[in-house]
Amino acid sequence: MADTIAKPGGLSVMLRVSWPILLILALLAFAPTLSNALDNPFLVRLFTRAVIFAMAAVALNFVLGFGGLVSLMHGGLAGIGAYAVAIMAFHDYDGSKFLGVFPGTSDLAILIPVAMLAAGLGAALTGIVALRTSGAYFIMITLAFNQMLYYFFVALQQYGGDDGLQILSNLTLAGFDISRRATFYYVALVALCAELFFFSRVVASRFGTILQACAQNERRVTAIGIPPLRYKLAALAISGAAAGLAGALWASGQQFVSPSELSWDRSGDYIVMAVLGGTGRVWGPVLGAVVFVLLEAFLPAWTQFWQAPFGVVVILIVVFLRGGLIDLMGGSLARPTGGGR
Amino acid sequence: MPSLLAVSELNKRFGGLVATSNLSLDVQPGETHALIGPNGAGKTTLIAQLQGELRPDSGAISFNGADITHEPPHRRARLGIARSFQITSVFPEFTALANVALAAQAREPHGFRFWKEAANDPALTAPALDALKTIGLDNRASVIAQDLSHGERRQLELAMALAMKPKLLLLDEPMAGMGRQDGQRMTRILANLKSSYAILIVEHDMDAVFALADRVSVLVAGAVIASGTADTIRADPLVKAAYLGHRG
Repeated sequence: MADTIAKPGGLSVMLRVSWPILLILALLAFAPTLSNALDNPFLVRLFTRAVIFAMAAVALNFVLGFGGLVSLMHGGLAGIGAYAVAIMAFHDYDGSKFLGVFPGTSDLAILIPVAMLAAGLGAALTGIVALRTSGAYFIMITLAFNQMLYYFFVALQQYGGDDGLQILSNLTLAGFDISRRATFYYVALVALCAELFFFSRVVASRFGTILQACAQNERRVTAIGIPPLRYKLAALAISGAAAGLAGALWASGQQFVSPSELSWDRSGDYIVMAVLGGTGRVWGPVLGAVVFVLLEAFLPAWTQFWQAPFGVVVILIVVFLRGGLIDLMGGSLARPTGGGR
Repeated sequence: MPSLLAVSELNKRFGGLVATSNLSLDVQPGETHALIGPNGAGKTTLIAQLQGELRPDSGAISFNGADITHEPPHRRARLGIARSFQITSVFPEFTALANVALAAQAREPHGFRFWKEAANDPALTAPALDALKTIGLDNRASVIAQDLSHGERRQLELAMALAMKPKLLLLDEPMAGMGRQDGQRMTRILANLKSSYAILIVEHDMDAVFALADRVSVLVAGAVIASGTADTIRADPLVKAAYLGHRG
């Protein structure tokens, strides 16, 4: 009896369950090598984009796949992180002070926590309102918040408004130079690994169990003595902070941020990446983001109406692989059943 | 002895419909109190008000000596009121064990623990397994809840209630939709629980009610029209006319 319940822990289980993502991450680690071998620097930029989008999609999927919250404001939340970096770097270059109080900086060791805090706070504040609703109303209200953020940054003339904001200072990470493309790519990849590890733990924790239970049967959660709202709010804040991290790296990689990065269709892209890859696993969206970015890059070479075949591919995957691309990795990787990974 | 649960002059209307009308009721410690009545008498509405999902328009509910009329449902659960729903309510994607383990987890002060894996934590799985054993579902612990049979899911709900270590069980038609065999099994399970918990049970199965209940109250149109031992209720002419008569 007992042995049917007690799960053997440790490395073997970890490998059995998570080999696909370990494989994907290992392959991603070779992107700069491939780029060198083909003498095509565009490839590093492309995979940087994929890795950073993956981070945002993984952040979104924490509330989407595990909390049942379809948020259309994660583009905006990532944008908060991006602007936090750009604005602080602007003040560093300028020598002026943010709000007349805070001196700027170009060190990501400070910028990243600031960006995560700002985006997490943004998620929490909007979440207090948005989580009063559910279902389609939650989607609509997060969409509204996303547009509010978009127009806020459009109107922010001091920081470039519509034209966006260039990062003119040299960004460093705890003093180290990260301006080389490949270096920055590895920084992003390490950040993605850290994010995946973090969310894998959280999803399987007590907190994660409550979050998943809320998505399945909120009434039951209340009836056993757990008030759902505060857990969903905390999850949204954590997810927002992670999206802010993605945004911070995005701005750092581009040395530029503009309001168009916050438009709601970017939020929609993150949902597509999550669903494409599979919402049932923490790492599913990584697969989705990589496929999304590759299709987006290479389909236009084939036809200028590339969105049409792109749409067909997305529809086919969603129809035939109900769990997303992770279903290709075998049936044993279906949605977790109380614990999760 | 002071009542564990005391309801006094409770009223609840939905527009023109009176669901609960000046209702007073109590459950003594250790007592199994059955609530019977025709469909639409307001039994589930009453249970929902006791659990806190619905707020009464007026009246008072006290539990274990404290006024809980305005307490939200999750706090009532923590005080020791566990409800099983008329329409089975579990976490369909979790295993049976994970369902019950979450109910056990709900007793902890808070769930803001982000790092340790919950599924392998004996602090949760041990009491969960105990609850499953008590209702005889331990051999199905690793089955996903939506793959359990209807009867098993009803049992699972009961196990979740037990894992909350409640003082009072509010059971809303625990035999609903069960076949004869499953129903009899549930009756035996409840008979075993009777000695350990105070129970307020709503049930249509009269054999089960008369086998389990120390006291029976009859609810008609939101009001208690009779209350007493099973024998008194069976003999009551008012009850016969209002309710039992319909069943031949």
